[in-house]
Amino acid sequence: MKVSELMTLLDAKCVTEGANLDAEISCGYSCDLLSWVLAHGKQGMAWCTVQTHVNVIAVSVLMEMACVILVEGVEAEEASLNKAIEEGMPVLSTTKTAYEVCGIMNKAGIAVPVE
Amino acid sequence: MANNLFVDSYDVASGAFQTAGDASASIKRKLKQLGIDAVTLRRVAVASYEAELNLIIHSNGGNLIMEMSPEEVLLISKDVGPGIPDISKALEEGYSTASEEARDLGFGAGMGLPNMKRNADTFDIESQVGEGTTIKMGFTIKR
Ligand SMILES: Nc1ncnc2c1ncn2[C@@H]1O[C@H](COP(=O)(O)OP(=O)(O)OP(=O)(O)O)[C@@H](O)[C@H]1O
Ligand SMILES: [Mg+2]
Repeated sequence: MKVSELMTLLDAKCVTEGANLDAEISCGYSCDLLSWVLAHGKQGMAWCTVQTHVNVIAVSVLMEMACVILVEGVEAEEASLNKAIEEGMPVLSTTKTAYEVCGIMNKAGIAVPVE
Repeated sequence: MANNLFVDSYDVASGAFQTAGDASASIKRKLKQLGIDAVTLRRVAVASYEAELNLIIHSNGGNLIMEMSPEEVLLISKDVGPGIPDISKALEEGYSTASEEARDLGFGAGMGLPNMKRNADTFDIESQVGEGTTIKMGFTIKR
């Protein structure tokens, strides 16, 4: 599934201009502890979090993720948005909880990350 | 290490959260340019990010050094203190002395050192309280 298709399913908006919404999603994940994400992150991952600071973008770029999903309407810091735009990392925003987002991704057939 | 192709060093300041990850991103970019395989690249990227963040969160400042030879990547994190009193405890998953500020940003899971150890082929840590900590990690390049 492409990022753009997931956006429709989640009723989410993309808050980073010019990001690649055609990127293919390989798997889904939710976690707010960055070392944990570094241990389980995968290329093409769609990652849900309530963390909004610039290190979220650093981790997602390092892991070559497909997108970051900010849940429950949390707003990204300006530094994060600037870095995400610079790196071409799509940041999606939704009012849904991580639980709901994961439920939708799971139902849509997005895989669990495999080690 | 004799016969190095490439040596790179970065200063990492204590508390530099806003630029956190820049050194690791730069190391990753350079290794990619040097044509390293994707699996090794990912392992180095995770370990360098964890080492960089530990320098920012826990140390009084230090250096992240990357050396690449045809056979391996060597990653060295070296700081000027405060040192780790109990290394075996620090290596346990879940052990963390991260500040409230760092925890609010999603650090402090106590997974950084275990992540480094798991991703590196060789892992060596030396620390002296009042002196500093040096971590050396080797990554064998896949051919
Ligand atoms: N360079 C360092 N200087 C001093 N103490 C350190 C250093 N690196 C690690 N430590 C100590 O070791 C502990 C464990 O480090 P580790 O990276 O595993 O976890 P963390 O940094 O606390 O959390 P996480 O990495 O999951 O965000 C730290 O909480 C800290 O007490
Ligand atoms: Mg750490």
